[in-house]
Amino acid sequence: MIALLVRDMRLAMRAGGGFGLGLAFFLIVSTLVPFGVGPEAAILSRIAPGILWVGALLACLLSLDRIFQLDFEDGSLDLLATAPIPMEGTVAIKALAHWLVTGLPLTLAAPAFGALMNLQSPGHYWIFITLLIGTPALSMIGAFGAALTVGLKRGGLLLSLLVLPLYIPTLIFGAEAATRGTAGLSALTPLLMMAGITAGSIALLPFAAAAALRVNLR
Amino acid sequence: MSLWEFANPVKFMALSGKVLPWVIGLAALTLIPGLIWGFFFTPEATNFGNSVKIIYIHVPSAMMAINIWVMMLVTSLIWIVRRHHVSVRAAKAAALIGVTMTVIALITGAIWGEPMWGTYWAWDPRLTSFLILFLFYLGYMALWAAIENPDTAADLTSVLCIVGSVFALLSRYAVNFWNQGLHQGASLSMDREEHVANVYYLPLLLCIAGFILLFVALVLIRTRTELRLVRLHRLEIRERMKDA
Repeated sequence: MIALLVRDMRLAMRAGGGFGLGLAFFLIVSTLVPFGVGPEAAILSRIAPGILWVGALLACLLSLDRIFQLDFEDGSLDLLATAPIPMEGTVAIKALAHWLVTGLPLTLAAPAFGALMNLQSPGHYWIFITLLIGTPALSMIGAFGAALTVGLKRGGLLLSLLVLPLYIPTLIFGAEAATRGTAGLSALTPLLMMAGITAGSIALLPFAAAAALRVNLR
Repeated sequence: MSLWEFANPVKFMALSGKVLPWVIGLAALTLIPGLIWGFFFTPEATNFGNSVKIIYIHVPSAMMAINIWVMMLVTSLIWIVRRHHVSVRAAKAAALIGVTMTVIALITGAIWGEPMWGTYWAWDPRLTSFLILFLFYLGYMALWAAIENPDTAADLTSVLCIVGSVFALLSRYAVNFWNQGLHQGASLSMDREEHVANVYYLPLLLCIAGFILLFVALVLIRTRTELRLVRLHRLEIRERMKDA
C-alpha cells in the first residue's frame, strides 16, 4: 500500500498535472474575485473565508478525474483489482495520494492567498484549520465520483455535476466555521460537524467507490 | 405467491397493463375535483388573499418530490440486494417525475413567495434544500444518460442514489444550520390537531391523494416503457450477433 502511495504521488508530480495546476487555479480564482466584487477592503475581508473555501473546492475538483482515469486506460487498475490488497484499500490510498498532492498544498497556500483578499488576522489560522480538516473529505468524495465515471469517455463534466452536490455539506460547515472563527465567534459546532463528515466519508465511501470500480471493471 | 414474483418483467407487464387504466381513472377522479374544489370553492384567506390557492399544487408536488427520492432509494437498494430488473427501471422512471415535481414545487413556491414575502427567492433552508434536491436529481439522471450498458448504468446509479441520499440528508441539516428562514413550518403533520383551517384541509388531502395516484400511473407507464426499451436493446444485440 505504501508502494502504491509513493507511486501515485510520484506520477502526479512528474506528470505536472494536478500538483501545480490546482494551486495555480486557486491563485487565479483568488485574483479574479476582487476584480469581480471591487477592491473595497471591508467587503473583501468579509467574504474572504467563503471565497477561499469555494476556490479550494473548485481547485480540488479540477484534478479529480486523474485519480483513476489514467490507471483505467493503461490497465493498471485491472492489475490493482487482482492485487492482494482489497479494492477498498486501493481507493483509500488513491484518495490519500490525491489529498497529499492537491488538498495539502491548497491548505498550506490558502492563508497566504488570504492576503490578497484582506483576510484579518485570526482568519489565517481558521482557514488553515478548516481546510486541513475539510479537504480530506473533498478528496474522498471526489474519489467516489471519479470511480463512478471512470468508464466514460468524456466523464469530466459529468463528474463535476455528480460531485458538486455531494460537496455542499462540507462546504457549508467549512465556510461557516472559517467565517465564524474569523469574526471571533465560537466555531466549534460547524468545525465538529465538518470533522464528522470527513471521518464518515473516509470510513464509508471507500466501500461505495470500490463497488463502483468493480462494476466499471466488469 | 409473493411480491417478488413481479420482479419477473413479463408478470409485471401483464399486471401493470391491467391495473394502469384504473389508476389513471382514480387519479383523474381525485385530482380534478380536488383542484376544482380548491381553486373555486374555498374562501380567500386573511393575510393571503387568493394566492393561498396555489397551496393545492405547491404542497402535494413538494411532498412528492421528496417521497419520490425515497422511493428511488428503496428501489435502488432492492436492485443492489436482489437484482430485480423491474425495481431499478422503476427508479429510473421515477427520477424524471421527481425532478418535474421538484421544479413545480420551486416555481409555484417562487410565484407564491413574490406576493407573500416580496421576493421570488430567498436562501431559506427549505428553498435551498429543494434546490439541492434538484441538483441531486439532475446528477442521477445525467449518470443514467451517460452510460450505455443498461446493467452497468443500473449498478452505478443505484450506488449514487444511496450515497446521494446520505449527503442530501446531510445537506438538509447543514442548510438548516446555515440560515434560519422565512418559510412557515410543515403544513401537515401527524402529531398536531389542526394545521391549516379545515376548509383548506380537505381539498388539500384530496389533491395530495390525486398527486400520489398520478405519480403511480406515470411511474407505471414509464416503467413499462423502460422495460420495453431494455427488451429492444437485448433484441438488437441478438440480431447483431446473428449477422456476425
